Formats: sequence, C-alpha cells, structure tokens
Amino acid sequence: MDKLSFYGTEVSSRLLLGTAQYPSPQVLGDAVRASGSEIVTVSLRRESGRLREGQDFWGLIQGLGCKVLPNTAGCHSVQEAVTTAQMAREVFGTPWIKLEVIGDADTLQPDVFGLVEAAKILSDDGFQVFPYTTADLVVAEKLLEAGCKVLMPWGAPIGTGMGLNDVYALRSLRAHFPDVPLVVDAGIGRPSHAAQAMELGYDAILLNTAVSKAGDPVGMARAFGKAIEAGREGFLAVPIEPRDMAAPSTPVFGRATFA
Amino acid sequence: MKLIVNGSPLEVEAEDLTSALVALDYGDAVVATAVNGAFVPATARAGRALKDGDRIEIVAPRQGG
Repeated sequence: MDKLSFYGTEVSSRLLLGTAQYPSPQVLGDAVRASGSEIVTVSLRRESGRLREGQDFWGLIQGLGCKVLPNTAGCHSVQEAVTTAQMAREVFGTPWIKLEVIGDADTLQPDVFGLVEAAKILSDDGFQVFPYTTADLVVAEKLLEAGCKVLMPWGAPIGTGMGLNDVYALRSLRAHFPDVPLVVDAGIGRPSHAAQAMELGYDAILLNTAVSKAGDPVGMARAFGKAIEAGREGFLAVPIEPRDMAAPSTPVFGRATFA
Repeated sequence: MKLIVNGSPLEVEAEDLTSALVALDYGDAVVATAVNGAFVPATARAGRALKDGDRIEIVAPRQGG
C-alpha cells in the first residue's frame, strides 16, 4: 500500500490499534501482529511500587516492534492533559501524543476549547500532537493553527461501534484539508465502517474496542487490516458516482432478438 | 512525613522525590512523576524537596486506546 507520513515518520499500515481490553496479553500481541499495524496506542496509569503492573506491559509492547502513540485518555482539563503528555514523553521517549481533553462524561465528547488550548501549549513545547476531536471544521482549523499537523475526528463516541455518524462532516473535513493526514479515531465497530472512512479519502483509522471486544480479536484485527487496505485502494481507484437511473452494464448493441 | 501517593495517604521517610521512590520500592521501574500536579522529570527528582501533604503521582505504561 502507498506510504503515509505522520510528522515526517513514514508508515505502511493505515491502522492504528489500541492496546486495551484484550482477553489476555497473548491475544493482544497476536492481534497486533495479525492487523499489520505499525502504531499502537498506550496510556499512563498509576503504578504501585510493590505490584509494578506496568513494567510487564511495557516489555510486551516493546517486543512488538511498533511505534507507540501515548494518549491522555481520561483527562478533563488542559492542565491534566499537558502534565500527562509531559510524563508520556519521558516514559515512552516520543514526542507523539494522542491528545484527549474530554468534555462530557456520557459521550466522551472532546472539550474542543480545552483541546485547542492544550494543543497550542504542547506544540509550542515540541510535541507532535494527534488531537482527538469532533468533525467540526472550524475546530479543525484552530487545531492546525495551534500547530497540529494531523487531525483525528471521531466517527462516533468512543466504544459505541456506531460507525460514521456524520458522513457529511467527515467529507467536508476531507475536502477542506486535502493535504493534512486525517485519521478517523473512535466509534468504528465493523470492518465495513473502516472501509467506508477510507473510501471517503481518510488516511488512516484508529480503533480499539472493535477488535479487543470482538468474539475473536485476532480474526477481527486481520479483517480490519484487510478492510482498511481495500478501502484505501478503492479510494485511489476513484469510485463511480451513484445515479438514480439504471444503466445496463452488458452492451445493448448486438443483443439477439427472438421475437 | 505524610505524603499523598497516587491518591493514598502514606507515611514516607524521604526528603526528596528520588528518596521517596526508593522508600516506596520502585527500584528501577520505568515511571514518570508529578508533584502537586506538575511534572517532575527524572533528572530533577533528586532536587525536588518534599514537604508534608505533597501530592505525588507515579505512573507507568498501561493499556490504552
């Protein structure tokens, strides 16, 4: 597949895979490998000096050989998100940060005002910000002005699996920012949703629950990898426009007549 | 002194953040730290003096979406 670049780093796979909620570490590792993903998302959580649960997990992730995209999941304020990003940069050794500033606990909708503010602070501090945002065009513009060179609009609220709730808004974003890498992040439930986003011209898909909570996470990871490739190739091959009237695909000329 | 470590009140014998991590058994674990909501880089821990009531956050890599 054609290459994709995030902040100058090239990747071949257009699937960014979350690492949470898998039935076991083994299944997580197998799913990442089956998906073909080269970027996995991770988080930071409180560590106990006695239990040290994070250390084994970090060893597992390092063993996968993927690039790591840390998130600020669960942060509800600019200060929390900025502090979490600073901690993530040190621990994971990357300037990449998936910036989440959550504004509503029920829908996990981004607080786009806090998001833009945090994106500006972090970009000015040398971070390469991947903002989890809505599909709002004006917010997207503000995020780019703040220094973001990637945008990650939601398809639907996190974990819902509803797919692309606002196709018009996503099409509009794609049309307005033809040269900005756009990633649909959140809300994807099925491989067909991912393929649909890729057919709209999106550059990549970030998902977690749709794979980790599937009946067979490894099989679903493989299916998403294929769907995303198929959607990308379909987009590049320029789909036909839908039309109202039927048009025969078999030539009319030369049809035998029997009457 | 009394510190709030990851949300729990603890009695810790430590003058600074580095000695607090040692006292709390973190050893060579990969962690990041903050005191009273502000990030403290690993290189600055020894110079970060602590006082009664300081809130310390100690985090490590974990699953995320």
